[in-house]
Amino acid sequence: MEFWAAVVTGVVLGTLARLAMLRTDYRQYPSYPHGFASHLALGVVAAFTGAVVVPALVEKELTAATFLLLVAQQFREVRDLERKTLERMEETELVRRGAGYIEDIAKVFEARNYLTIFAALVASTLTYLLWRPAAAAGVALVAPLAGVAGAVAVIAVGRRGLDRLPLGAICRVRLGRLCFRDTLLFVDDIQIEEIGLVEARRDYERHGIGIVLEPKDDNARATLANLGQRQAIAHDAAAILGVRKDRDTPEYTPIVRLDLDTGRAALAIIPIEPDPGPLLQAVSRVPVIEGARSRPLSTRAGRRAAD
Amino acid sequence: MSPKERILAIVTLTPDKVMSGGAPTFVAASREERERIATYLSRILSAQVHDLENGVYILVRH
Repeated sequence: MEFWAAVVTGVVLGTLARLAMLRTDYRQYPSYPHGFASHLALGVVAAFTGAVVVPALVEKELTAATFLLLVAQQFREVRDLERKTLERMEETELVRRGAGYIEDIAKVFEARNYLTIFAALVASTLTYLLWRPAAAAGVALVAPLAGVAGAVAVIAVGRRGLDRLPLGAICRVRLGRLCFRDTLLFVDDIQIEEIGLVEARRDYERHGIGIVLEPKDDNARATLANLGQRQAIAHDAAAILGVRKDRDTPEYTPIVRLDLDTGRAALAIIPIEPDPGPLLQAVSRVPVIEGARSRPLSTRAGRRAAD
Repeated sequence: MSPKERILAIVTLTPDKVMSGGAPTFVAASREERERIATYLSRILSAQVHDLENGVYILVRH
C-alpha cells in the first residue's frame, strides 16, 4: 500500500513541479504547444523515475532499481538534444540567439529535469517512510502530505538557487541618444556600426532606439563584454519588441557594441513597437547567461585591478 | 580558410580608387545611381552596404 502511495505522490508532485517550472519562463521557449507537451512528457518520465527508485530499493526490487538508474542516465543526453534542436532553429531566426544563449537554455533544461527527479524522489521517500507510522496512528494521510511539503521545499530551494539574474540587477539600463556622425551610427558616444545607405540612416534616425547598459562593477563589466551575452540582448530585444528587418536587410540587425574605455554597452535597434518603455523593460530582464557570468572580483588579481 | 566577412561587390564613382581582385565592381555615374545600384545589390545578396567615404561603397556579407 505504501509503495503505491509513495509512487503516486512522487509522480504527481514531480509533474506539478515540472509544470511550475515550465510556466515561469521568459525566454520564449519552449514553443507552444508541441514543445511544451514534449517537455512535460519528459518531466513525467523524470518524476516517475525519481518516485520509484527509493521504494524499489527498500522493497529489494533491485532489478527495477537498476533499470531506473539506467533511465536516469538517459537524461544526460537531454542537453545535447536540446542544443541540436535550438541550433537547427537558428537559421529561422531573424536575430540569432547565439551559442552562449543556446548552451544556457540547454543547461537549464537539464537542470530542471534533475530537479523534477529530485522533487519526486523526496516526495515518494517521505510518503513511503511515514506511511506505516502514520497509518498506525490513524492519520495515514499525513504521509503524502509530508511528501507534498518535502517536494514544495525542494522546488522552492531549487528555484531560488537556479534562478537567473536579470541584467537589470547587475547593470543600469537607460535610454541613449541615437545619432550619426557622417555614416557612423552612435548611441550617446558609443560607436555602433557604419551604415552606408542613405535610406537606412534615415530609418535609424526616424525610428531607431538606443539603449545604454552601464555595468555596476567589474564583474558586470566582464559579463557585458561577453559576446554571447550581448547576442542574447539583441535576440531578446528583437524577439519581444519585434525588429524592422528582413532577411535581405542586414543593416537593421540589432547589435550591441562596447565602449572600451568605460565598459558600457549600447544597443541600437529599430523595433516594431515604437514605445521605448517596453524595450527598456525587455533589456533589463534579459537573463545573465551562465557561461558569460564572470567573477574577476573573486580573484586576487581581479580585486587588485579593480578601480 | 574562408574569412567570416567577405566583400561581395563594390560600387564606385571613381574606378581608379579600386584595384579589384575578386569582387565584382560596378561603376556608377552619379551618387543617386550609386545609391540605387547598392540598394538593389544589397537586397539581392543580403549584404550590408558600407561607405568608405572616398566614393566607394562595399557590400559585405557579415
